[in-house]
Amino acid sequence: METLPLLDVHDLTVEFATRRGVVRAVEHVDLSVRRGEILGIVGESGSGKSVTSYAVMRILDRAGRIAEGSVTFSGMDLRDLPESDMRDLRGREISMVFQNPRAALNPIRKIGRQIEDVLLRHGQCTRADARAKAIAMLDRVRIARPEERYDAYPFELSGGMCQRVVIALALACRPRLLIADEPTTGLDVTTQKAVMDLIVELTRESRMSAILITHDLGLAAAYCDSVMVMEKGRVVEAAPAATIFSAPTHPYTKRLLRATPRPGATLRDLVMDPPPETVPAAIPKTGRLLDVRGLVKTYGAVNAVDGIDLHIDRGESVGLVGESGCGKSTTSMMIMRLLDPSDGSIHFDGQEIAAIPARAFPRHPLRKRIQMVFQDPTDSLNPRFTAERAIADPILRMADRMGRDALRARCEDLAGLVGLPTHLLDRFPHQLSGGQKARVGIARAIALNPDLVILDEPTAALDVSVQAVVLNLLEELKISLGMSYLFVSHDLHVVRLLCDRVIVMRAGRIVEQGTAQQVLEAPTADYTRELLAAVPHPPA
Amino acid sequence: MSATELGIVRPASGLTATLQHARHVITENPVTGVAFALFLVLILAAILGPSLVPYDPLATDSSASLRPPSAAHWFGTDQLGRDIFSRVVVATRLDMIIAVSSVAVVFAAGGLAGISAGYFGGWTDRIVGRLADTIMAFPLFVLAMGIVAALGNTVTNIVIATAVVNFPLYARLARAEANIRRDAGFVLAARLAGNTDARILLFHILPNILPIMVVQMSLTMGYAILNAAGLSFIGLGVRPPTPEWGIMVAEGAAGIISGEWWVALFPGLTLMGAVFCFNLLGDGLRDIVDPRRRT
Repeated sequence: METLPLLDVHDLTVEFATRRGVVRAVEHVDLSVRRGEILGIVGESGSGKSVTSYAVMRILDRAGRIAEGSVTFSGMDLRDLPESDMRDLRGREISMVFQNPRAALNPIRKIGRQIEDVLLRHGQCTRADARAKAIAMLDRVRIARPEERYDAYPFELSGGMCQRVVIALALACRPRLLIADEPTTGLDVTTQKAVMDLIVELTRESRMSAILITHDLGLAAAYCDSVMVMEKGRVVEAAPAATIFSAPTHPYTKRLLRATPRPGATLRDLVMDPPPETVPAAIPKTGRLLDVRGLVKTYGAVNAVDGIDLHIDRGESVGLVGESGCGKSTTSMMIMRLLDPSDGSIHFDGQEIAAIPARAFPRHPLRKRIQMVFQDPTDSLNPRFTAERAIADPILRMADRMGRDALRARCEDLAGLVGLPTHLLDRFPHQLSGGQKARVGIARAIALNPDLVILDEPTAALDVSVQAVVLNLLEELKISLGMSYLFVSHDLHVVRLLCDRVIVMRAGRIVEQGTAQQVLEAPTADYTRELLAAVPHPPA
Repeated sequence: MSATELGIVRPASGLTATLQHARHVITENPVTGVAFALFLVLILAAILGPSLVPYDPLATDSSASLRPPSAAHWFGTDQLGRDIFSRVVVATRLDMIIAVSSVAVVFAAGGLAGISAGYFGGWTDRIVGRLADTIMAFPLFVLAMGIVAALGNTVTNIVIATAVVNFPLYARLARAEANIRRDAGFVLAARLAGNTDARILLFHILPNILPIMVVQMSLTMGYAILNAAGLSFIGLGVRPPTPEWGIMVAEGAAGIISGEWWVALFPGLTLMGAVFCFNLLGDGLRDIVDPRRRT
């Protein structure tokens, strides 16, 4: 055991010059990584976890600077190192893996060539043996048929594959420290597991150190030796991974842990002060609301959705689970009548709606009864509409005419329902936080009291604590307004919290369906078991 | 990291926020301030010019022809003894009218055609695209000359010709911007809210591409002035003795060799200043119009 840590950050403070003065993104952070250690930095957006690592790499953007503190990497003070030396260090000694693998790869260069570029840049190979070394690297990150894949372009590979290539790039020069910034966000759970297993295995194999930056406490606890929790630019707790899970000391860590969906927890367990039990809608509704039979969507020769039968009763929530490309989004878009099916029928409240062209559906009287909450709250709000205008949009188009004051009052009611402070109604999307934007999206969807709401990964872009609150809100709204939900997600644990029934999809077909409890606790399909096993399990 | 993520969002409301933001943009980039000041001068000259100038721009005075700049005639006089300063100022109105109306026409026609092409794709896209290609296939100034020559020598036809040659710029820009937004979440949400395609185009997509269109408009304003002046310079469009920058440069061009440089120089400089002002204005306007810059 060496006494000197590989990376030692002491009293680090990073400042950003903004229009409204100097903002401290990171304050007095201490951290150290020993040789061979994997450190997890966990925090929600804006906690300063990424900025800390950028400061270590000295890749802060122009407005940012290290105001105080020291960064020492194997005895060298990185703060005072000339930029030319720093460039040499990046990639060779410390390398980074970023969140979006596609953006990190040059789209018009073969992946093998990109690995060669890094090797040549740092003098790790000669022109003669570059190809062989690049192929060896591809092999090392478990890419099947590396000789063939050497000539592949990034767009020919899946997201998980691309991330492996990025890892190969990062590890090409055998660095001593790997910084992985949300390396698996946006990847499917099974891919996430494969990528994380690979990172940890390679780290161990070459006695490398690593810093894993993530918002997922479960992921950090499952793969790291020690975990550091950050909140608002400060470190609130640092402890060995096992301890932080079993005995968190700081209230923020406790809250974060509590908000993480996990086996055995109910929706109300996720938040500190559970809301009072909601009074159900006055008239309990029963009966079949949606009946889908033999739904097919064909793109060229591919069946994206290959004959799906499903039904949703009134007041019921059904989860539609699967990995990217399984056809769950296509299915929901067809039910939502934004996309025309190739074949099959969709009966909504007894009426056949599959035959109405998607283009004509906005004017159909059923339009207001089927609504949707989108995955990305930022993308789904018009950047030039205020929150109020966004919420008012469906009311203006589809409800009876009402005066300005009545409309404002209705928007304020809706804002109240979704817990959005009314003074935020005049703001534009870019002036709202992620959770607030999600609330605007929900308010817009429920503005006309729809019967069926499709939730397309409504919390995928949100922090866990915000996710917990939003999930509770959705549950409350469902009960008080008597709506039905079709919850589309890749996360089985989140689906279990909200849904009565779960449908698991793969490659355009349904592989399993049943009550949430049955599917999650006693899955019959192998694929479901695989999905469940891929969810990171913290050390017990 | 944006300020929003750090939680230092400030509520912005209406006019005061816009003014504050405008002030910030101008102080951050003084060139924008200069451009705005120039723009203001141009507007004032266009509106008030004819009633402010010291001489009648059409009054000839054979006893005072080709006088160099002096206290009595700031920019000198031309062959017919007309005061060049008065003519330059009075010409502002006509040149601005041509520029503004041609830009307005091309913004409406090219912008609408472009966003429809980008949003609907298919045949609409093909027709608009080929139309733009056809126009681009001609040397633009020659095309403008041809249009004016064919339709007749009037101000309206200069406006039409300038609009036509700029059509591909607007159509292509609007098409590209609308195309990347046609599948955006907020467009789907608008469809769910019961908006028809026409409404989505006009009230959801158009406002989002307006900032970039405004920049384009400002840039083409400069080009439109130049185009109108160019047409007049070669004898198409506005006819003498109407004061217009292009004609005045043309009239003075011969004089440069014989030493009467001021006859062509001052209208030319004004023309250059106006074009320059609109180009700079484009950048400044983009910053003010774009709400995402207000953080």
